[in-house]
Amino acid sequence: MLQVKDVHTYHGFLHVLKGISFELNKGEIFAIVGSNGAGKSTLLGTIAGIYQQREGSITYEGEDIGKQKVEAIVKKGICLVPERRQIFDALSVKDNMMLGAYHRYRHSKRTLQKDIDRCYELFPKLKTMEDRPGGLLSGGEQQMLAIARGLMSNPKLMMLDEPSLGLAPLIVKDIMNILDQLREEFGTTIILVEQNVKAALKVADRACVMERGEIAIEGESKALMKDPRVRDAYLGGKSQSIPV
Amino acid sequence: MNHSRVNDLYNRHYGGLFLFIVVLAIVPFFVNSFFLSVLILVGLYAIVTTGLTMLMGYAGQISLGHAAFYGVGAYASAVMTGTHGMPGIVGVLVGVILSIVIAVLIGIPTLKLKENYLALATLGFGIIIFTFFKELKEITGGLNGFFGIPSFSLFGFSFDTDLKFYFLIWVLLIIGILFSKNVIDSRVGRALRSIHGSDIAANSIGVNIQQYKLKVFVLSAVYASVAGSLYAHYVTFINPNLFTAMESINFLIMVVIGGSANIWGGMIGAIVYVLLNELLKDIVPVFFPNVGGEFQIVFFGVLLVAILIYMPQGLAPTLGKLWGRLVGRKSKKQAVTGPPNADATVGGSK
Repeated sequence: MLQVKDVHTYHGFLHVLKGISFELNKGEIFAIVGSNGAGKSTLLGTIAGIYQQREGSITYEGEDIGKQKVEAIVKKGICLVPERRQIFDALSVKDNMMLGAYHRYRHSKRTLQKDIDRCYELFPKLKTMEDRPGGLLSGGEQQMLAIARGLMSNPKLMMLDEPSLGLAPLIVKDIMNILDQLREEFGTTIILVEQNVKAALKVADRACVMERGEIAIEGESKALMKDPRVRDAYLGGKSQSIPV
Repeated sequence: MNHSRVNDLYNRHYGGLFLFIVVLAIVPFFVNSFFLSVLILVGLYAIVTTGLTMLMGYAGQISLGHAAFYGVGAYASAVMTGTHGMPGIVGVLVGVILSIVIAVLIGIPTLKLKENYLALATLGFGIIIFTFFKELKEITGGLNGFFGIPSFSLFGFSFDTDLKFYFLIWVLLIIGILFSKNVIDSRVGRALRSIHGSDIAANSIGVNIQQYKLKVFVLSAVYASVAGSLYAHYVTFINPNLFTAMESINFLIMVVIGGSANIWGGMIGAIVYVLLNELLKDIVPVFFPNVGGEFQIVFFGVLLVAILIYMPQGLAPTLGKLWGRLVGRKSKKQAVTGPPNADATVGGSK
């Protein structure tokens, strides 16, 4: 579904992504983990078209999207749920969700309402607060709203940037279950960027570890959980027992 | 749709506007010529601030250079009608085209900046344009000003009295406000509000941020230019000192006082600003006979701080609430969420 080949991205003079390559299959959950500054968010931004890569190629369903603008990429069914939720504070929950369908303005109100109802089925709590300004929601509710807003664009590939950031463990568990549900029920392919390595590896099929703009380790999540380098660096050392 | 529902909709959407238009139509026949000229000035400023409201309140972009567009419109009209003897509408159109070109040229680089940097860049732009007005003496008359601008006329009808001009300005203002409201209620308006909310999120949902920022900047420049053109025809004399950075700051003060997140805020701010300004000119000398200079700015500084602290959304939401109570509806949601009309449709309806 997605092939990223030897991608190099710069922020000004700073060489952030140094030849990233990986492939993603349809219906897969792929986790990208790594420390701060490894380039995880830049990678998502590059795939989403927010940042332009200088070298390499990004192919989505057989088409090179590497040089395309973000609007065109969203229309192709790739959506990014950005870091820290980035909810529109002053707008209601429903308006936030409607903005997710921004590029689908030619669709009828009925179709969009169906999509909203689908999101409400996934996140029943949002329905009870659809008129509440997004800024008044709790962190967990905002994250649900951010995912719902992303779903309104009808994505085939959804990229989530640190959805667990600042959330209580129980809510993180809920969010991760939702991702699994999205894949099972809607066939959505997911790229998950996480610092919560344990949670990410539990939900993902495959994963990679990024370090200083490069992919250091890549493989099946279960295998990565057992990889001593991952265990030592991200899972609290060898003594830590990892429930799979 | 039952009768009470129709009544409710009427009250919500048209009742206030209808009442407002009736008051506007009656007022000029009951006020003296001085007050009529003040109302004309309010209308002209309100056209500028309505454009600024879209830029600042909805798209979240600040501009300290809109007096420049006001000036471009004024000088374009002055030169086209006063020097070249062209019809007034040609002057207005030339002003609009010039403003669009300048806004695009200035907007492309500056709108990549944010907050204080954008404010400084637009301030700098205003100063550059002011310098052009001052130094292009052969065209603008320099600091001596441009004299003998004819009255505005359209299709042979001359707006040569204050009363006629009053109706011209306020009809244009109402059209401008309704157009802005239409834009704000559309898919474009939602895109602007998303940019205001979060650049990153707007980008991630597929909104072309730079394009929309530029579009709304150009649109607000057009509003300012049209107001400037009509201002030149009204006062028949202009000089560069009318279009300084201070004038841009005054426009900003009006928008903040009125409420930037409400399309009526610009007009409310202009009314409050101009009326208070005139009132202060009368009252302050009574208590402080020796005071001179621009003492009003001190008062407006204090008022601005007070409004930012106690009514950060400006006067418009408060007045909206009062109006809501008057017609028996709840406007609480509107006050909290900022702009009214955030209906649940995506732009296809517009």
